[in-house]
Amino acid sequence: MLEPQPVGIPVPNPSPASKPYWEGAARGELLYQRCDDCGTIALRPGTVCGSCLGRNLSWPRSAGLGSLYSWTVVWRPQQPAFRVPYAPAIVALDEGFRMMSAVVGCEPEELRADLPLAVEFHPASDDISLPYFRPRT
Amino acid sequence: MSHPYRDVVIAGVHNTVQARQLEGHDSESITFEAALGALADAGVPTPEVDAVIGAHAQELVLGLRLGPCTRLPWQLGIPIVLEGADLVASGRADVVLIAAGGASMYTDRTATAPWTRPANEFVVGYGLFTAAEFALMARRHMVMYGTTPEQLATVASTIRNNGHVNPDAVYFGRGPFTPADILASRLVAEPFHLLDCAMTSEGGSALVLTSAERAADLPNPPVWILGGASDSYGPAYQIAPAWDIVGRSDVPAGYVGRTAARHAFATAGLAPDDVDVAELYDPFSFEIIRQLEAYGFCPDGEGGAFVDDGNIGPGGRLPVTTDGGTMSYSHAGINAQQLQRVIRGVEQLRGTCATNQVHGAEVAICSNGGSGALFTDVMLLGKERP
Repeated sequence: MLEPQPVGIPVPNPSPASKPYWEGAARGELLYQRCDDCGTIALRPGTVCGSCLGRNLSWPRSAGLGSLYSWTVVWRPQQPAFRVPYAPAIVALDEGFRMMSAVVGCEPEELRADLPLAVEFHPASDDISLPYFRPRT
Repeated sequence: MSHPYRDVVIAGVHNTVQARQLEGHDSESITFEAALGALADAGVPTPEVDAVIGAHAQELVLGLRLGPCTRLPWQLGIPIVLEGADLVASGRADVVLIAAGGASMYTDRTATAPWTRPANEFVVGYGLFTAAEFALMARRHMVMYGTTPEQLATVASTIRNNGHVNPDAVYFGRGPFTPADILASRLVAEPFHLLDCAMTSEGGSALVLTSAERAADLPNPPVWILGGASDSYGPAYQIAPAWDIVGRSDVPAGYVGRTAARHAFATAGLAPDDVDVAELYDPFSFEIIRQLEAYGFCPDGEGGAFVDDGNIGPGGRLPVTTDGGTMSYSHAGINAQQLQRVIRGVEQLRGTCATNQVHGAEVAICSNGGSGALFTDVMLLGKERP
């Protein structure tokens, strides 16, 4: 069974631009950065919209529903803190953006393209919660 | 307009001994060995070297009395060979030495190699490392086009067998391998098995560039740069490496390197059919399949079938990575191996490869990078002056 990683793995070090994202994650909310002028969703948090160069960027909340775009199942851990197997995945969110995460709550062989997924959060340290995705029916 | 590299020659190349671990060396000392080897191969005395490029350029300038022009790039490989060529072409340097080496860098074997572990905030918590990042691209290609683990394994066995027969390869004599052998090796990051992945090793590599005029008096037949360019779709290992990220162009990230290849072929006035040997960078087996498509050797989605048809092996239509590449020849740390495709391409065109020489090879394509890292560099080399 694929499970969330235990506390003790390396944790993210938020940047000024990404701080709202991690604050949202700590509250159990998945946020994404969007340009209020043209609607473009950022590939990574920044200070300017790559499409229209607008500065009116906001952090709407995602419903956390999406599908599996691509994945791998790791059997050789990056370092011993990670428990194998784990399944890093690219998730396509219904709002139209993609993000790096990992799938939990199913067996590795159940992973397939377009598998419907829903976000959930698990603590990685006292301050940081990581979004994971679980198959939904 | 005349060709940008018409007056530039690759005059010297050298790989030091490559090994899993090189006793008594660190990255600086093995870089010196590579530099001296390439200068000896070129037949150029050290006082003529007026430009040095590499992480240890300043140490080389001091230690061998070279320079004073130096460049300390954060990455090596084809972009830096092109920059060296620009230095010669513009008259800013007469002899350019490019040298790299890696040793004593990978000591904690409970973790993957230090340069494979991204620390960015959006990937660090998910245990990603190079193999997993590249697997995300490979998996998407399998979803879109039906590419199979057997086709990946055919690439790996072909390249590993090239190393198996190469006495200079770290994994010389470790084969031969069948695709079934690759699939029987333990899983690392699906769809990649251990033998689908590059090794980690130690060694140094170097090249010498000079002017056509100076090269006329040197012992080696000249090898010419016909074209080259580099693509990047963003910082490696920071965002989800999705196949269909697009930047300014409509080429998806899965085909990063396609724009560079088009540029290189246009500069050379050549087409993929003109290429005799493909020294493609092989961090993972799948990368060969997508490069064959990206550069136009086969249609999109047909890289797996191209490999199945026996095209990439010795004697095939397009022999690939003929010394064993990073899977079997060497992957010497962060940088040195990125020079090795160009070095092997030069040796193929000189006709001096002791194993897997492609008879009569006149045009070689060389590459660096890969889709999982969102960058790819491409270079065309030739025997004829452009």
